[in-house]
Amino acid sequence: MAQSLVKEFTKGLWAEIPPFRLVLGLCPTLAVTKTVENGIGMGVATTFVLVFSNILISMLRNIIPSKVRIACYIVIIATFVTIVEFMMQAYTYELFLKLGIFIPLIVVNCIVLGRAEAFAGKNTVIPSAADGLGMGIGFTMSLAALGAVRELIGAGTLTVWGGSPIFEIGHGYIPFQFMVEAPGAFIGLGLMLCLMNLIGQK
Amino acid sequence: MGDLFVLAISCIFINNILLAQFLGNCPFLGTSKKMETAMGMGMAVVFVLVMAGMITWIVDVYLLKAMNVEFLRTVSFILVIAALVQFVEMFLKKSIPGLYAGLGIFLPLITTNCAVMGVCLINIKEEYTFIEALVSSFAYAVGFGLALVLFAGVRERVILSRVPKPLQDTSIGLVTAGLIALIFTIFRGMV
Repeated sequence: MAQSLVKEFTKGLWAEIPPFRLVLGLCPTLAVTKTVENGIGMGVATTFVLVFSNILISMLRNIIPSKVRIACYIVIIATFVTIVEFMMQAYTYELFLKLGIFIPLIVVNCIVLGRAEAFAGKNTVIPSAADGLGMGIGFTMSLAALGAVRELIGAGTLTVWGGSPIFEIGHGYIPFQFMVEAPGAFIGLGLMLCLMNLIGQK
Repeated sequence: MGDLFVLAISCIFINNILLAQFLGNCPFLGTSKKMETAMGMGMAVVFVLVMAGMITWIVDVYLLKAMNVEFLRTVSFILVIAALVQFVEMFLKKSIPGLYAGLGIFLPLITTNCAVMGVCLINIKEEYTFIEALVSSFAYAVGFGLALVLFAGVRERVILSRVPKPLQDTSIGLVTAGLIALIFTIFRGMV
């Protein structure tokens, strides 16, 4: 039991890490990773929704009729997204403004619905929670990594929680603006995916 | 009239939904391997997005704002979109079977296309009037179709070329998309 739980949890961290192995949820990945901070914030919000929607869906899996299950899942997910939206508005207002439209859009993040359909709808509560948590942490790590790369190259800094950067390349560095703009997001993610494939090959 | 034209141009090119706003990227990468599927998806999105844009605007102004329950926006919008997609599917199946066969599997996929939900939310956030919301929904959808078809055209060629193994498939797809996004940045000076 404990072993299989660990397996459900860790598969989200490497073997099926979103969005690299499961190419789902690309929109927030590309849009909010201008800085590490935004990436982590988005990742944590998505993790919250993933864990709680997975728990609730797995509890209700025998009650929900299979024909209307997708609609039911979406309503459950949308409810948790609304909760996250209000919590962020109350406690992390700056981050709320930065992420903007992408918080309500967690509803249509394919990872959340994908896990509900592929895992929570078929398994009991505890493994589903482990699955959601693992996937969420994996997603957060990916977003933070991509955010770090983009911020470091594009602005020459790394900022986590707060005004002043914790790391700066130095005054001689000329920021490569391209990386924090739209094209840099696509190319950065594409090259990171390539790197993951390269490591995974061995 | 001039304002609406400027709005349309900026929605199609400058704020292109796929390449500048990063919405709807999953179908962008998923359905762009062939020109035909790209066209199908583009058409389905135009169709659904225009209707969803109108209906969610009406719902927001006359239901949510009138009753002071804006916190239900996320839930109600996603329900409207899901129901709309279902209705459109049934309607097309009965009355325009040709179009239905053409759009086929792309219709149900649109429910989870964040471009649809995203544009509906943008319309509300920017406080557009009904006409502006209609124009922006249409223009964003056209921009989506344009980017998708362009990308599919490039990708059909990329498949034929020899790509290093770790870069294959999605990876090279993303890099290609980045280059197209780079081209789209030149439109910024237009308006």
